[in-house]
Amino acid sequence: MTILAIAEQRDGALRKVSSEVVSAAHTLGVKIGTEVHAAVLGPSGTASLADELGRYGAVKVFVAEHEAFIRYSPDGFARTLAAFIAERDDFAVLFPASALGKDLAPRVAARLDVPLATEATALDIVDGELIITRPVYAGRVIAQLVLDASPRLVSLRPNVFRAEENAADGTVAGLPVPGDASDWKVRVREVKAASGSRLDVGEAPIVVSGGRGLRGPENWHLLEALRDAFGDGAALGASRAVVDAGWRPHAEQVGQTGKTVSPQLYIAVAISGAMQHLAGMRSARTIVAINKDADAPIFKVADYGVIGDALEILPRLSEEVSRARGS
Amino acid sequence: MKITVCIKRVPDTESRIRVAADGVSVDASGSKFVMSPYDEFALEAALRLRESSGEGEVRVVSVGEAPVAEQLRAALAMGADSAVLLEGVPTLDGLATARALAADEVVSGADLVLLGMKAVDGDQQQVGPMLAELLDRPCITVAAAFERAQDAIVAHREVEGGVEVVEAPLPAIVTMTKGEHEPRYPSLKGIMAAKKKPLVQRPARLGEGRIRIRALSNPPERPPGRIVGQGPDAIPELVRLLREEAGVLS
Repeated sequence: MTILAIAEQRDGALRKVSSEVVSAAHTLGVKIGTEVHAAVLGPSGTASLADELGRYGAVKVFVAEHEAFIRYSPDGFARTLAAFIAERDDFAVLFPASALGKDLAPRVAARLDVPLATEATALDIVDGELIITRPVYAGRVIAQLVLDASPRLVSLRPNVFRAEENAADGTVAGLPVPGDASDWKVRVREVKAASGSRLDVGEAPIVVSGGRGLRGPENWHLLEALRDAFGDGAALGASRAVVDAGWRPHAEQVGQTGKTVSPQLYIAVAISGAMQHLAGMRSARTIVAINKDADAPIFKVADYGVIGDALEILPRLSEEVSRARGS
Repeated sequence: MKITVCIKRVPDTESRIRVAADGVSVDASGSKFVMSPYDEFALEAALRLRESSGEGEVRVVSVGEAPVAEQLRAALAMGADSAVLLEGVPTLDGLATARALAADEVVSGADLVLLGMKAVDGDQQQVGPMLAELLDRPCITVAAAFERAQDAIVAHREVEGGVEVVEAPLPAIVTMTKGEHEPRYPSLKGIMAAKKKPLVQRPARLGEGRIRIRALSNPPERPPGRIVGQGPDAIPELVRLLREEAGVLS
């Protein structure tokens, strides 16, 4: 029996969530005394990522290289992985709950005829069984689940599981790509980079989020300056009111009808804190709220609050954050 | 073109959800129930496609218990042509729900099946792509917008840091996120017309779910925070706390 971690690469580099998934698999592997393998799909040259996956605990790294895998192919990836997993004896298969993993894992589950638990925030072993913790109702309820099937398919929410180095061999093995790429019906024609936020709000360790109290999209440069002060790990978020008003794209929306995020630091700027927004960000490690209304519900979940006009406070905050990071 | 939209009845996003006394189910009594918001986006997209092409039929289907008729009627009032209620109790096991949908002609007989990218109760985000695999159809997930291009669908889907332009031949399945079009409110005329539109019920072939709930809990309240101060003058102290106490500035 083994545990299989599905790793994700983009443009020849492993995505951060891949190291989190392999590390989580390693932790489980230690608890039940099994070896951890990883699988990664990509174009030729992908095998060079095996060393890095080994560093996080993968004893063997199965690599499927195919020219069509320069981009994600839903059909190609699902068929390749389902055929591979069907021949193995894995206790569990862990996916990243990234955009790719959220599309891929359900397809693989259906092909294998096993249930799937998505966006897990914790994994444990009790009496030899895998216990999966995941939020439901956008975090208003926490569920502990057991999957009555084998292998147990689970996707892991980015940023929640720690990436830890656990030296293993990372020996490369081949992973055959079945069938003919001309049968793969869904085709990605092009990928357009988003303007604005560089890192996705769902994966960023620091989120700087703006609400209607910023008064208009013309004031967003103040929020962007704060994001930039935090460096590459920060992303912009937005409240539903701001997205509904057309000030910001839906991709940035945090909350029950947007993204549920679990960053190290969440700064809510001029967001009052509607229930559906709180649901999407309450699992952040540290929450800062800036709001001129001292009674705003956001202060009930915030670790640190500053009362006042965000337009006056933001420039000072950006300046002090830059200074603190520079020193 | 035959379009089918799969919808789910869920508690309103502003309602309080409590864990029931048994510890393994939720008490949503007192909640207002609505069509899951992403399903509304899917229905709006279906109605727009029918309107822009000047032909086609929009059917809605839901797996659920009798009260789901309320949301199916709402879909008919928005403009869907007919509705099917597949009677059963959906669980967190999306594969079981997908099987029930795949087994019914309202889904398997459609040229285009639209779903919300997820239902905002279980948040599993899996039924659409599972359904696609069961029916061996192409599937585009998390589309913000799509258009029909002859015998294919071309959609824009959100990924980290960008948008993919994806193409899939019909018949196809698309799961929708929020796009540029707000779901319409039903008109009074629509509400009256909905009463006469067909809504049929039949049992869902749901089978046994294979996801067991071991425990549910409400998340612990966050420890009370503190107000650091007022206005820009509070910022140096805030930054000091972030660095020294929270350890989030390096």
